[in-house]
Amino acid sequence: MNTLNDTAVQFKQVSYSDGELQIIKNVTGTFPKGKITTLVGPSGAGKTTLFRLCNGLISPDSGEILINGKNINSYEPTELRRMAGLALQSATMLSGSVYKNLSMPLTLQGEEFSEAAAKDLLKDVGLDTDFLHRNVKDLSGGQRQKVSIARTLVNKPKILLLDEITSSLDRVSQEEIETLIKKINNNYQVTIIWITHNLQQALSIGEYTWVMMNGELVESGESSLLSHPQNDKVKHFVKGDTE
Amino acid sequence: MSYLTLSLALIFVLIPIFLSKTLKLGLEKDTIIATVRSIIQLLAVGYVLTFVFDAENFIYITLMVILMIAAATQNAQKKGAAIKGITWKLIGTFVFVEVLTQAILLGFQITPPTAQYIIPISGMVVGNSMVLSILFLNRFTSEIETRQNETELILSLGGTPKQAIHLSLMASIKASMIPTIESQKTIGLVQLPGMMSGQIIAGADPVQAVQFQLLILFLLLTTAAVTSIMLGFLSYPTLFNKQMQMLKLDTETNNS
Ligand SMILES: Nc1ncnc2c1ncn2[C@@H]1O[C@H](COP(=O)(O)OP(=O)(O)OP(=O)(O)O)[C@@H](O)[C@H]1O
Ligand SMILES: [Mg+2]
Repeated sequence: MNTLNDTAVQFKQVSYSDGELQIIKNVTGTFPKGKITTLVGPSGAGKTTLFRLCNGLISPDSGEILINGKNINSYEPTELRRMAGLALQSATMLSGSVYKNLSMPLTLQGEEFSEAAAKDLLKDVGLDTDFLHRNVKDLSGGQRQKVSIARTLVNKPKILLLDEITSSLDRVSQEEIETLIKKINNNYQVTIIWITHNLQQALSIGEYTWVMMNGELVESGESSLLSHPQNDKVKHFVKGDTE
Repeated sequence: MSYLTLSLALIFVLIPIFLSKTLKLGLEKDTIIATVRSIIQLLAVGYVLTFVFDAENFIYITLMVILMIAAATQNAQKKGAAIKGITWKLIGTFVFVEVLTQAILLGFQITPPTAQYIIPISGMVVGNSMVLSILFLNRFTSEIETRQNETELILSLGGTPKQAIHLSLMASIKASMIPTIESQKTIGLVQLPGMMSGQIIAGADPVQAVQFQLLILFLLLTTAAVTSIMLGFLSYPTLFNKQMQMLKLDTETNNS
């Protein structure tokens, strides 16, 4: 899994700090292409920060991040961000309708998003099509999450960075989203990196996993590592979480 | 009016000082400073203006305008300390607004090219431009903070800095222009503009005073629009770096 062609995202000794606080500490590792990799770790471990680095919203202080073998600095920022699509936990909405939010990625490029395409997308994420003209103010937390995922998909990213996107969803919705993401992964060979605090979910959806703690990558490999971790800290984390 | 009668007007200063003291508002010192400053500054200006009007020399007029712009910049830059290079952006804006308005006034011969017209009009234009800048900068820095998530969202979806800041920028430009437009709607009904009142008290024909006031009002509309839009478009690029990342606003230095 470590040859260049099979790697979608590669971190080489990446560090990032905000002022005095070091948030990402010398992370080296790879995310295999076309696979689902989950990213787990305690709160404040630096998972979201890692995503912001991949999407180019922030740059590392030292080290390199490669996407498809190329340093991310060699991509146009706008191109990189469309290629490595990000859906955040906060599911920020732009005020206005669901349709406006779904159209935004194309509006930014001066293109239009047809209502029919938007409705198909809503169906994909498990929302009724008459949500299209609803105001985002009136959506529940879970519904916002779904709109946020759909919006990220509009750019047809090659790498999908999903940050706790199912944490505020009920069981049925969670399964719908899991099925959708697996389908996208399968049909379009999209590389998925999925942050989740649900270890059960990590075991069931992802072939691979990264465990981060306190800004460091402490273990990575096939997801089964979560069932019998080597590292003591990871053992502790896995236990605490599954209890 | 003699200086003796003017000194009786200090009663109007004693009232707020007395109120501030009894209610412990802590504004006595500022009120006294403001009073002393206004006396010294206005008297000085009175004498300087007499000199400049008598001399009718273009260099003196220019010097006066430069002084106004320097003072306005000094005053407004505190509000924009979070924006890099704000001093030059303000200077550029004030100079542009002043040159534009005077070019129209003098070019179409709306007003004669004498110190008596150029200086007070410039004072009003630059003064209003300064107030507009302060309104704009205050609003813009707070918009940037409250809309940080939206701005980042648009960047993360592949938008450019300009697209990402668009909502904050437009909201701030609009908000800073609203007071100018609103006050024009009620002008004459609620309040008589200061300049017109002054002219009428000094014995000018009210209709003539009104005509002149209208000219100033229209001028201030242009001032307002040009100031906020120009300052906005000069300011937003400093909020991002080459990689189209949002820079942290240095709000620590923006202490007022
Ligand atoms: N914009 C920021 N400025 C300063 N510090 C930040 C910023 N974003 C995150 N941090 C800090 O970086 C550390 C890692 O944050 P991050 O959001 O990446 O963690 P996380 O693993 O996603 O946690 P969670 O599971 O709670 O979402 C935390 O200590 C956080 O306080
Ligand atoms: Mg997070």
